[in-house]
Amino acid sequence: MSVLPVGHAVRGATLPERAGRVGALAETSDLAIGNLCKSFDGRRPILDNVSLQVPQGQSLALVGANGAGKSTLLRCCLRLIEPDAGRIHLLGRDVRDLNRRALRRLRAEIGFVFQRHNLVAQLSVLSNVLHGAQARHGGPMVWYHPLAPRPLREEAMHCLELVGLADFAAQRADRLSGGQSQRVAIARTLMQRPRLMFADEPVASLDPHAGEEVMELFADLIRRQRLTLVFTSHHIDHALRFGDRVVALRNGGIALDSAAATLDAATLRRIYE
Amino acid sequence: MSDATVQPLHAPPPRLMRPSAAMFALYVGVGAFFVFSLYGSDLSPAKLIDGLPNMFRLIGEMFPPSAERLASVGGAMLETFQMAFAGTVIGVILSVPLAILAARSLTPHVSLYYAARWLIALFRTVPDLVWALFFVVTVGLGPFAGMLTLVVDAIGFCGRFFAEAMEEADKGPQEALTALGAGRSEIVFSAVLPAAMPSMINSALFTLEKATRASVVLGLVGAGGIGIELKVAMDLFQYDQAATIIIGVFLLVLIVERVSSALRRIILK
Repeated sequence: MSVLPVGHAVRGATLPERAGRVGALAETSDLAIGNLCKSFDGRRPILDNVSLQVPQGQSLALVGANGAGKSTLLRCCLRLIEPDAGRIHLLGRDVRDLNRRALRRLRAEIGFVFQRHNLVAQLSVLSNVLHGAQARHGGPMVWYHPLAPRPLREEAMHCLELVGLADFAAQRADRLSGGQSQRVAIARTLMQRPRLMFADEPVASLDPHAGEEVMELFADLIRRQRLTLVFTSHHIDHALRFGDRVVALRNGGIALDSAAATLDAATLRRIYE
Repeated sequence: MSDATVQPLHAPPPRLMRPSAAMFALYVGVGAFFVFSLYGSDLSPAKLIDGLPNMFRLIGEMFPPSAERLASVGGAMLETFQMAFAGTVIGVILSVPLAILAARSLTPHVSLYYAARWLIALFRTVPDLVWALFFVVTVGLGPFAGMLTLVVDAIGFCGRFFAEAMEEADKGPQEALTALGAGRSEIVFSAVLPAAMPSMINSALFTLEKATRASVVLGLVGAGGIGIELKVAMDLFQYDQAATIIIGVFLLVLIVERVSSALRRIILK
């Protein structure tokens, strides 16, 4: 399979070509993006008319060189970065039309694992996991675990058990290794009870062994909970193993969109050339 | 190869860079103003030499320090520290919400940001003694006026440093909480404050040390504490009693600094 010029998809006959079609596609997809544009300097676009849809339950790997727009795309979806143009439908809702309160409610349903774990270093592991419930429960009960009611503490412990770190609940987050920290970050997203999961190079900051462990665990949890997953990665191997589908970004557009089963490492490597 | 034989292809840069005309003018201006300031301060080595015998005489009259009014001096010392401690605690507590408003990344509205910054700047830039005089006139003589002064002083100091600590707090956890749907107060209390806490504790302990030193002086204008005892002793030429008070002040400040350093080590390790 060849790598096509920017803006053309190899597969993806169902990809929306116009923003107007996104609304209809959004009903059958957990994520539908139409003509998404984003530029940070107003001249060179990071994302240039990117259109994409991810059906429920699919695991999508986003690959591409540094600066290709992978992280920007994920952040635009949650409006952590405001897109310049285009439509984004997440879980059937038009992200760009949401007010602040509705956006918070939507974000609560989407887990986001960052490249760096982004835990609050000075707090306990359990408090960090508990933070995952902040959109469901406001107020001091979800700031620190001693203030949390029993059901929430137990749910947070269950999430820690799922990532194999229940014994570390009382430990300060900054005493953990990189791999353990990333597993706590995953537990925090599970605490959200998410319907959709984003992960932005979730193992990029880990050594190969820890990275492999964390990615296996993460993918297994996603599979068992039947969640839709969109993850970015520089690991070609991870993209092919953990993604049902691989989308490659280059020069602001989609350079490749194909089922992972039909791809090989050599084809993907050409994206980086 | 010996060091002497090394011949680089490029000459090293000059040891001293030639200043620009503007920098040279600045150096000359600062030097000239320093000389002008010495003139304005009535600098007089002759007066200093003439005053030396008086200094030795005064120190001689201070020793041995008098233990005559030890109980009264002890009571005033306790009152001084009570003013400092209460003023610092209240000031630190009030500084937290003000600092949140004064932190650019956390303030709910830009007008609140400028109002908070302006208030903190006012509290910090007006000297202690002016606030003490203000409170003595408005709430009367005594330690309450002193405590209010120290509250204002603590807000001026902590408000600024707390706000800076909050602005410098790691943005990663804040972004993570934003991404999971947390609101502003959740982000402030569960990500920003824990991250800023070590720096805030440090500032609060420095405030306590500063307040202890300041509370000694506040008595001079009637705002309670040991200061008034010192002034009376000096005015009545009871230098031996003044020496007792000065030693007491020295010990109080030293103890507070030592305890504060120990707490800092324990809490921030």
